[in-house]
Amino acid sequence: MPSEAPTSRQRRDFLTGLAKTAASVGLIGLGLGLYSQRASSLPAWALRPPGARPEDDFDGTCIRCGLCVRDCPFDMLHLARLGQDIPTGTPYFIAREAGCEMCEDIPCVKACPTQALDHSLTDINDADMGLAIVSDQQACIAFHGLRCDVCFEICPIREEAITLEYRPSAGAGGHDLVIPVVHPDRCTGCGKCEEACILEEAAIKVLPRHLLQGALGAHYPLVWNAQQREGGASVALDAAHRTTPATALRTLSSPTT
Amino acid sequence: MTGPLLPSAPPAKPWLKRHRWLLLRRFNQLGILAMFILPPVFGGSLVTGTLSSSMTLDILPLTDPLLLTQSMLSGGWPALTGIVGAGLVLMFYAVLGGRVFCSWVCPVNMLTDFAAWLRRRLGLRSGARLSRSLRWWLLGLVLLLPVVTGAMVWEYVNPVSMLHRGLIFGFGYAWLILAAVFLYDLLIVPRGWCGHLCPVGACYAAIGAAAPVHITALRRDQCDDCMDCFSICPEPQVIKPALKGAAVGRGPIIDSIDCTKCGRCVEVCDREVFGLALGRVRSDGFGAAPTVG
Repeated sequence: MPSEAPTSRQRRDFLTGLAKTAASVGLIGLGLGLYSQRASSLPAWALRPPGARPEDDFDGTCIRCGLCVRDCPFDMLHLARLGQDIPTGTPYFIAREAGCEMCEDIPCVKACPTQALDHSLTDINDADMGLAIVSDQQACIAFHGLRCDVCFEICPIREEAITLEYRPSAGAGGHDLVIPVVHPDRCTGCGKCEEACILEEAAIKVLPRHLLQGALGAHYPLVWNAQQREGGASVALDAAHRTTPATALRTLSSPTT
Repeated sequence: MTGPLLPSAPPAKPWLKRHRWLLLRRFNQLGILAMFILPPVFGGSLVTGTLSSSMTLDILPLTDPLLLTQSMLSGGWPALTGIVGAGLVLMFYAVLGGRVFCSWVCPVNMLTDFAAWLRRRLGLRSGARLSRSLRWWLLGLVLLLPVVTGAMVWEYVNPVSMLHRGLIFGFGYAWLILAAVFLYDLLIVPRGWCGHLCPVGACYAAIGAAAPVHITALRRDQCDDCMDCFSICPEPQVIKPALKGAAVGRGPIIDSIDCTKCGRCVEVCDREVFGLALGRVRSDGFGAAPTVG
């Protein structure tokens, strides 16, 4: 079909139409982008499944399919619904309601069609869903001298992620204490301790690791650690410094032993 | 057009014959939904996941290519099941026609078809005009946003996954988005969502651009201009070139990638103008391969 050359009027209409559409779509994009920035923040009380990449990456990678949720044999994972404070459609769990049971074959990670749950995680003990902290020593009854070791007993990384430390009574008439201590290098953040805590409101909680854990900074090395790596201490340390922090605490607080 | 058939039309086809494709589609759409929803009820695992990504009988992975692309554009490399799953979906729709997803699988289609049916029933003929090419702009936006923000922005509002995920995992407030789509289709723009805006449908249209399955107006000389096909078609602009193209020497095959192959034009036509064409189509709308009635 022969077509006539467009008049300047037609060209003008076409270009303004194009500009209109582009502007509208741009506005939609701006709105969507800003909304997503707000909607993509994960509250500290919601934890990701094992192997989840750092939150920013996770939000971009997870396609919200729910396969991990379906493949969890313990049904402790949920998909966030629109209106919740959690990015819509993404998987999460709440430690206090049901923690991760740390399946050896990690079916949730295997089910993930993306790398939102990192498939290089093959040993569940290397998982990092968060970090437990005895967040309220006033509430924890172990700090009142009562014998409660529920969090210690239920911890799947037994005697490594949570240990019980003995603290003799500080004064006459006091109780000896057996208190739970979390070891950040072994804790996977599975949440079983928080789930099991017998208190009305758990005194041990699992939170995203970056909210809890400190970092020393490269400019301030611990001299004695460096010297140990070099092949032994050059200075003879006193008894308290030679031991681990936990035993040091025990030694310091019980001069008799 | 909801009124009785034009006087010139041949005797009305029985209801079942006028709705056979529609019933098949609903059976397919609801059946797929049931396969996702029933396993948790019966304790089995026929299909798990959602349309975003699923696993059938622990062996067949299927993944939405658009979603996986967004995931990759925001910097994530997919797992093997994701790549295989997206590849299978791509091949399936590349062969059958991309928008077969829209009319035979997508649950939103049932909602927007309902809005269109209500429109016909209530005689709502007015509506805002909107360019049908907007969906391509939105598709571009959907692909651009993960690159810019590193987040899968579209999934915060995507009605397609909102509905499917909602039916399986619970809606929350997601039903509001679907109510918005329904009301928008009913009151503002006819066929507004699926026919003008949905970037998921646009993506599937592109996937199936070269598919060898088409609807054809093979008996177009029989057409009595009753307009039944135009009023039922979700993408009526695709019909005219094929149905009325004889005068300018254009072939009868509907080769627009917008055609969803819903088959409604085939079944509503009392003169049996439409049929199915298999095989490649030349650019003038004629097919080289045999045509199936």
